[in-house]
Amino acid sequence: MPSVRFRLNGVETLVDADPDRSLLDILRGPLGMTGPHFGCGAGECGACNVIVGDRAVTSCDTPLWSVADKDVTTIEGLGSAEQPHPLQRAFIAEQAMQCGYCVPGILMSAAALLKRNPSPSSAEIKEALDRNLCRCGSHNRIVRAVLRAASEAAG
Amino acid sequence: MNAPSPPKLPVSLAANPRLSSWLKFSADGQVTVSPGKVEIGQGIVTALAQIAADELDVDMARVRMVRASTAASPNEGVTSGSLSIQQSGRALRHACAEVRHIFLAAASDRLGAAIDTLGVEDGTICGPGNVRTSYWELAGEISLDRDASPGITQKSIQQRALAGHSVRRLDIPDKVFARQRFIHDTALPGMLHGRVLRPEISGAMLAELKEDGAQAVPGLVAIVRDGNFSGVVCETEHAAEAALKALRKGATWSGGETLPDENDLAAFLKSQPVESTVIDTRKASSPGTDRRTIKRQYTRPYIAHASIAPSCAIAQWDAGKIRVWTHSQGVYLLRADLALVLKLPVENIAVEHMEGAGCYGHNAADDVALDAVLLARQADGRPVRVQWSREGEMSHAPFGAAMAIEIEADLDANNEITDWRHAIWSNGHAARPGRAAKPALLAGTEMSNPFPRMVSTNPPQANGGGGDRNSIPLYDFPSWTIESHRLLTMPVRTSALRTLGAQGNVFAIESFLDEIATERGEDPVAFRLRHLSDERAKDVIRTAARRANWKPARRAGIGYGIGFARYKNTGAYCAAVAEIEGEEDIRVRKLTLAVDVGEAINPDGVINQIEGGAIQATSWVLKERVRFDRQRITSTTWTDYPILRFSEAPDVEVELIQRPEVDPVGAGEAAHGPVTAAIANAVFDALGVRVRNLPITRDSLIAAMELAR
Repeated sequence: MPSVRFRLNGVETLVDADPDRSLLDILRGPLGMTGPHFGCGAGECGACNVIVGDRAVTSCDTPLWSVADKDVTTIEGLGSAEQPHPLQRAFIAEQAMQCGYCVPGILMSAAALLKRNPSPSSAEIKEALDRNLCRCGSHNRIVRAVLRAASEAAG
Repeated sequence: MNAPSPPKLPVSLAANPRLSSWLKFSADGQVTVSPGKVEIGQGIVTALAQIAADELDVDMARVRMVRASTAASPNEGVTSGSLSIQQSGRALRHACAEVRHIFLAAASDRLGAAIDTLGVEDGTICGPGNVRTSYWELAGEISLDRDASPGITQKSIQQRALAGHSVRRLDIPDKVFARQRFIHDTALPGMLHGRVLRPEISGAMLAELKEDGAQAVPGLVAIVRDGNFSGVVCETEHAAEAALKALRKGATWSGGETLPDENDLAAFLKSQPVESTVIDTRKASSPGTDRRTIKRQYTRPYIAHASIAPSCAIAQWDAGKIRVWTHSQGVYLLRADLALVLKLPVENIAVEHMEGAGCYGHNAADDVALDAVLLARQADGRPVRVQWSREGEMSHAPFGAAMAIEIEADLDANNEITDWRHAIWSNGHAARPGRAAKPALLAGTEMSNPFPRMVSTNPPQANGGGGDRNSIPLYDFPSWTIESHRLLTMPVRTSALRTLGAQGNVFAIESFLDEIATERGEDPVAFRLRHLSDERAKDVIRTAARRANWKPARRAGIGYGIGFARYKNTGAYCAAVAEIEGEEDIRVRKLTLAVDVGEAINPDGVINQIEGGAIQATSWVLKERVRFDRQRITSTTWTDYPILRFSEAPDVEVELIQRPEVDPVGAGEAAHGPVTAAIANAVFDALGVRVRNLPITRDSLIAAMELAR
């Protein structure tokens, strides 16, 4: 079996698997990392978003081979209750969800945005999240949470 | 005046009177609270914890909320209809108040202090001279295995410290830190993965199934076939996907059912055999003199629940006993249907709730649970997790029913309404499991010796109605007749979608009122207020109108509209003002809502539900329509079934009218009808075009313009 090596949340990771399998399948399957969620399997909803390098991508249609030697960050690598990312703090402060199933992917899209644009406008946030679907209608709270995280990080 | 009726228990408590089934004190200084309602992203678990902590006088951090299960929870039926605060909340408040009294009485004995000199502070019971004990000290000697009694004194509004406050949701930290909470992320020891094969063609039969391709997949544990039902069980999810793909290649399907013409739903709905019911009539005391009659027809399409997660369940057979983990809205009801399908006593089946993504009604949550049970039967005692595909979720799960609504109004010489006739043609809006002699679960219709597909019915008006929900006007018209025609055929599977028929009926009533107000040259807000006598109804309308500066000066391409309803005519009051712009593609810029749920246990939770409902309704109105050809559902991806995106979401402002003295009701379904109507009315205001067929898209605008020509 061919193997693919990449850094997962900062940890060198070697996976023996068909390199054409999707990154999401590898993360949730053999790696047991269930933060990224399956929503559609076609790159259309963003529930599975992770950051590869500095870009948020849909891991369900990202082949494993394409992340060879790259940095992959999932929600598990974003922060923890002990050391939360400003976005995680802000999502709690704004109560920015209802069911929360889409949230791991949205957090990763937002984290990638804040990295390249630390003080985005509402319009820029909406644009960055436009490929993430939320069915509960928490959109405005989520935008407010990203704005809050940006201002806290700046402050 | 009638004599006051004797005090009664809240309904959920009357059905489950044993106090210990609702709460227990554990030795470690915690109180375990066990409601029968489940978390579906609406924040109910937090609101119920607030109620319990408040009534018991314990810190929220001591309250441990238990997930509903048939093994340990009170049977509260289904978590639906915006009833959880009303049913579970009232029951829990009563149970906790009674338990507090019981403990205070015992403490009074032990401490030798009069009961009215005792107080409770975070579970510690204190009396004069610094005597003290606690719930936990006394718990060993007090049995709560006793029935609740009516007439217990609960805290007054002023004594409540938590209810009425925006306590943060208990589940949110887990969700932002990716701590396992969803059933989708759950792994049980030895767990296998299953997938079920279903036809694209509606109602097709499995004529032949070649298994060799699937047999060759490494990690295959079993191929299960029972009539038209078939599926695979594998060691890993990846293998299950591969085996399903191979099985699909080996399947030959035959036959199928004809679906309606998606472009003429009204003609289809009105041509089917129906069961007709007069929902309500009112006769004028003195008949008016009618001058003319106007008649309009409104429709809404089939709408998908379109949960962001495909439905998922885990099941395990162990020596004839079955355990099921599910995100179903009703663990007991699911269990009842599983027992019917399997022909086993309910005692052999234990069903436990785990969180899923928002479901917005009866989606595939229950169906996938039976799928998992059928696959697990051949898994040698190991648990089997089954997850549907996106395509399956969008085509095999029940949809919200399409509706055609005709309203006729007689007007007198002053264009005042003298009679109002409202008729609905629609499939039933409920085919939930556990309520009939035959099961409602999908695989039950596919197995050999299949059960017939349950044709959806409607709950009675006393329970809020189904297709007829919100069809009885709250307006003071002198006379009316409301009639519901429920289809007896069901080529497109329907069941409960958030609001049942209320979204369609409110859209129709509130659009038609706008049309009449326009004919009269009367302001639509003033027109509504003039026909209402319920002050709470008038209050939400006036509040939304004031907050939206009704009615802002006319600007090209911008329109404003209002919509109002009291959900189920007994629940939350809600009024919405929509501001839209556009000519061909409509954009909702802003929604301003006022809502009255009586006592708001968690105000931010209520506002969150109203905001979410408003945005989801905007999505339904502007984008959503289940698509099909004459053989199959075709809107099986997010491309073919688009929903509202971040850049399209309107600003939403919510004003909550607090009435702590009024019993609380739910908020989850209050906004959909008013927002739908407000958008349609705003489109007319901007463009002078009345769109009577949802969704309001470029195509439906053009069709409406052509009709008006």
